[in-house]
Amino acid sequence: MSTLTPTMTLMARLRERLPGRSGRDLMQALTLPVVGIVLFLMCWQLVAPRIDTSLGQFPSPGQVWHQAGQLWQEHQNERQRAERYIEMQEARNQRILADNPDAEVKIRDYPGAPTFIDQIGTSLITVLAGFLLASVIAIPLGILIGLNRHFAAAANPLIQIFKPVSPLAWLPLVTMVVSAVYVSEDPLFEKAFITSMITVTLCSLWPTLINTSTGVSSVDPDLVNVSRVLRLPFLTHTRKVVLPAAVPQIFTGLRVSLGIAWMVLIAAEMLAQNPGLGKFVWDEFQNGSSDSLSRIMVAVLAIGFIGYLLDRIMLLLQRQVAWNE
Amino acid sequence: MTKHHLELSGVEMSFDTPNGPFKALDNIHLHIERGEFVSLIGHSGCGKSTVLNVVAGLLQATRGGCVLDGREVNAPGPERAVVFQNHSLMPWLTVFENVALAVRQVFRKRMGKREMTDWVHHNLELVNMTHAANKRPGEISGGMAQRVGIARALAMQPSVLLMDEPFGALDALTRAHLQDTLMGIQQELNSTVIMITHDVDEAVLLSDRIVMMTNGPAATIGEIVDIDLARPRDRVVLADHPDYVHYRQRVLRFLYEKQVFPSEHAPQTPPESSERETATDVLAEEI
Ligand SMILES: Nc1ncnc2c1ncn2[C@@H]1O[C@H](COP(=O)(O)OP(=O)(O)OP(=O)(O)O)[C@@H](O)[C@H]1O
Ligand SMILES: [Mg+2]
Repeated sequence: MSTLTPTMTLMARLRERLPGRSGRDLMQALTLPVVGIVLFLMCWQLVAPRIDTSLGQFPSPGQVWHQAGQLWQEHQNERQRAERYIEMQEARNQRILADNPDAEVKIRDYPGAPTFIDQIGTSLITVLAGFLLASVIAIPLGILIGLNRHFAAAANPLIQIFKPVSPLAWLPLVTMVVSAVYVSEDPLFEKAFITSMITVTLCSLWPTLINTSTGVSSVDPDLVNVSRVLRLPFLTHTRKVVLPAAVPQIFTGLRVSLGIAWMVLIAAEMLAQNPGLGKFVWDEFQNGSSDSLSRIMVAVLAIGFIGYLLDRIMLLLQRQVAWNE
Repeated sequence: MTKHHLELSGVEMSFDTPNGPFKALDNIHLHIERGEFVSLIGHSGCGKSTVLNVVAGLLQATRGGCVLDGREVNAPGPERAVVFQNHSLMPWLTVFENVALAVRQVFRKRMGKREMTDWVHHNLELVNMTHAANKRPGEISGGMAQRVGIARALAMQPSVLLMDEPFGALDALTRAHLQDTLMGIQQELNSTVIMITHDVDEAVLLSDRIVMMTNGPAATIGEIVDIDLARPRDRVVLADHPDYVHYRQRVLRFLYEKQVFPSEHAPQTPPESSERETATDVLAEEI
């Protein structure tokens, strides 16, 4: 009874927040996904012990859950160690400076290996950077292609050819070009970051580009005529008529692009040994300890969950911006 | 040569199609005076919209042309405002913003900010739409959206108001109401109007002249009827007024006796066996 009551109040609260839905609808809306997940876990639990690998049995849900906690713990420990390192370094520097105010003190970053959580952070930053760069290129280019028939005819074969190229094919080229071109004494970003970002950009650019250009070129001709009757100048026409009309399509493209960006990033990190979740998976695979499989499984679930969250965020953004929502 | 407000002379319009040029209009001559209300009527596909688009400057006549107040028309412009069949409001702007977009573009050099806002509201008032100023087109009915479309066109203070089946998509009651509104506004502002319609009653009730077009291809003006009914006009009073009935009959006779519906003109002979292949080709292309 005591465990039931909180559930009931939760249900009641949910029902308040979803007006217009009857209690039964809500039950159904919640029950079926839960049933799906439970069934999946049961299958996994049943099948896992039957799969023997050179690294031991395939991990069960319980082991993976345990490993997730473990990874979190490792992260916390590492954090503490890093803090202690910084404190000690500061204390030492203070001492040196007290002895000799002119002494040159060195400040070093904590040299420990990045944890699972750090890798997630790196991956998120890289994917967002690559996605932003792709959007900054794809949206204006898509507008140009959509507005100009000749431009579209010229760009179309290139788009069709480059769109299906896998990140794995781009990666060696990008790596070499970045190594050759991005040379600086004190680089603002690491080369690995640039390589991953550009690979992500190259692969995730296309859906936004294509959707933007179709959105722009398929503006209701009547609205274009209104703009012509008003003699709107080109820039005003683009800003006040073409862009708003294309916003829903542009967002559809952006969502697909972000999904692709996230998928591509993991592959790129794995192959190129660039820091991030992909590298975490690869390192665990190379490590070959008995925990590796569960740790990889944690990463797989984390990747999926983050991808889902990214899509939700885009959806929320779309609802804020697009007029047809 | 007397100067007319608007002159269409020798307008011919050919479209380039995959099967070669298609001559939609031929030899259209029409003079319209200031303050006149002219309706264009004719069977579907005869070229009414094409005529209107030539006047609007949205299409360039292949031969002949259109002169407004002594100046040749060769591009669209706000002095020839258009009310489109399906209102054509920007769905992402509110009613107010839709009208304001036009007002700002046309009057930004002549009016201050306050003045423009007042002018937008004034025009929304003309069509009785002030109450929905902050709604989006998706949140109002088709008749209301059409009224906003008219307000937007009126707000440009055009020399000619061009309307392409403005009430075509509306139910009879809303349509009657908007017709009365339009008649009132037209009389008050003494604007020149060219309106396309399929509705004979609408044409007779609203117009000073009805221009009846022959069927395409190469459609031209078949007959022009002067409607000499006193204004203001009342649809109920006119309904069995002998002149009204007479005008109505003349238009109907033109449409249904002199210009039979195009499909009834089409040859009915079945294709011969040797020509079957070409016949299916044509059919496929039509589909
Ligand atoms: N851009 C175009 N290219 C080729 N043919 C066209 C084009 N626009 C119109 N036509 C043709 O010209 C003819 C006249 O078209 P228009 O739209 O002016 O007819 P309409 O009288 O307005 O018809 P409706 O009453 O159905 O609106 C039609 O046969 C149409 O197929
Ligand atoms: Mg038409």
